[in-house]
Amino acid sequence: MAESAKANAHPTADEDPNRRDFIHIAALSVAGVGAAATAWPFIDQMNPSGDTLALASIEQDISKIAVGQQMVIKWRGKPVFIRHRTPAEIAAAVKDDHADMRDPASDASRTKPGQQQWLIVIGVCTHLGCVPNFGTGDYGGWFCPCHGSVYDTSGRIRKGPAPLNLQLPDYQFTGPTQVKIG
Amino acid sequence: MSGHSTYEPKTAFERWLDTRLPILRLANDTALDFPTPKNLNYWWTFGGILAICLVVQIVTGIVLAMHYVANSALAFNSVEHIMRDVNHGWMIRYIHANGASMFFLAVYVHIARGLYYGSYKAPREVLWLLGCVIYLLMMATAFMGYVLPWGQMSYYGAVVITNLFSAFDKIIPGVGTAITTWLWGGFAVDNATLNRFFSLHYLLPFMIAGVVGLHIWALHVPGNNNPVGVEVKSKADTVPFHPYYTVKDAFAILVFFIPFAWFVFFAPEALGHADNQVPANPLATPIHIVPEWYFLPFYAILRAVPDKLFGVLLMFSAIAMLFALPWLDTSKIKSMRYRPTARWFFGFFILATLGLGWCGGKLPDDVVIPFGRDAVSGEAVGFTVVMMSRVLAAYYFAYFLLVMPLLGLFEKTLPVPDSISTPVLTKGGAAMPSGAAAAPEKKG
Repeated sequence: MAESAKANAHPTADEDPNRRDFIHIAALSVAGVGAAATAWPFIDQMNPSGDTLALASIEQDISKIAVGQQMVIKWRGKPVFIRHRTPAEIAAAVKDDHADMRDPASDASRTKPGQQQWLIVIGVCTHLGCVPNFGTGDYGGWFCPCHGSVYDTSGRIRKGPAPLNLQLPDYQFTGPTQVKIG
Repeated sequence: MSGHSTYEPKTAFERWLDTRLPILRLANDTALDFPTPKNLNYWWTFGGILAICLVVQIVTGIVLAMHYVANSALAFNSVEHIMRDVNHGWMIRYIHANGASMFFLAVYVHIARGLYYGSYKAPREVLWLLGCVIYLLMMATAFMGYVLPWGQMSYYGAVVITNLFSAFDKIIPGVGTAITTWLWGGFAVDNATLNRFFSLHYLLPFMIAGVVGLHIWALHVPGNNNPVGVEVKSKADTVPFHPYYTVKDAFAILVFFIPFAWFVFFAPEALGHADNQVPANPLATPIHIVPEWYFLPFYAILRAVPDKLFGVLLMFSAIAMLFALPWLDTSKIKSMRYRPTARWFFGFFILATLGLGWCGGKLPDDVVIPFGRDAVSGEAVGFTVVMMSRVLAAYYFAYFLLVMPLLGLFEKTLPVPDSISTPVLTKGGAAMPSGAAAAPEKKG
């Protein structure tokens, strides 16, 4: 572009500065589009590859999970908590449906109808990604050891720095003791 | 880097920086205002093309290393993963694989240009030697890169090349074996070999980049050679590098990208070998083993000799000739424009090298010129590939060891112009408008 500045400063009789500028702008525009089109594959190659995206859903037998216990399975590289809740834990969660919460949600909205004993959440703290510990913390849900976030028995954030409730994965019951996640 | 700097800081910031780190001065003096002979033709654009080739290989290579696994059990499948699953992985790998071929194509043109125009002669011997070092590093890098996909050709390429060093057993028994065992990290080419080849394949391009820096430094001390081969006498013989040669180089690079893109998108496996789609099998060698095309002339020289040690030494000598060339050529005239006899020898040298390449791709016992048929088997007999390789290899070495030293003493040369500008101004160039950067393609 220093050249066009020079051309502007010293226009000669047979050299129209506007035409020269036009050539520079046109050439740089084409080069810019070409550079961007070339750069994109080199950026996009770092996105999840086809085989990573193909690992979208898994099926899990949940008959072995005793009441009051949880199973942790890996889905898309992350832990998923499948918690077989006790009637007391369900009741505690429902009782707090209208309590003052950071990310308000009813317990019913976090489970499937008729399957309230099963709470299935992604086991990743919404603060900075640690895996909360089962059955600890003030509300009997989970307690994150990294920065002290406290989740209740519905996986809702109740105390600490995390901004959101534990996320719910897409899932459905494919049989009485069979669940498909993803 | 040398000579008088023309840089004038324009802003307060540039003045401030110039007294602390004169990096803008360096960029200006080497890439913008560098006085360059005004008669450089398109053969001179291959330096810039090669710089781009190196950048392309490093960028695509770093990307491939993000997805490749250097483990003998996983390498082949990780390459398939790149080809099938990684976003645009197929394209990036094909750019890298064909980019190696394009890199060698460009370097061979670059070397041939240096041979023809005498760019290796004083005061550019160090520049030439550094170029030879880059070429050696390129060969090592390309060889190790070819091993990484861990197909059959990868594997047996690694086996054959590393076994070259076992020839030294003939000089001191045991030494060759010790070297190969050390290279392999075991008793055969295996996982340890693959892992270290990957490490070195990643390292060497950056060493090449470093030597390229020295190569450019050594270029900018005496300045460019030129098609006339007469050194720059005055400022009238030069133009600033920018915009004259930045634009010329950029145009040449874009033209160079056309066949490059054709290979990548329309014939990506044309320069490869089908056997490399078969995973490495240490228990069975493919029937026809050939190296990549850019190694074929040397491969032909290796096979031309029936003795193992002598064959290996002769092959390495073929490259050593290039290093010795500045002291083998006795002619004081740089450009072969003014050496008509040398031009013929040079033409035959190019043909001999291409012929050796052709021989390297054939089976040694293939018949080139049949004399008849064998009475018993009925197979053609005659002048075979291995015989042809011997004739061509003999000429290859004679060019360096006989022609270059003797021709300079006995040849009849044409008158060399006084300066770069003379042929333009005296022979039909007078009609040129003053200041036109004309290339004197035809001269007396």
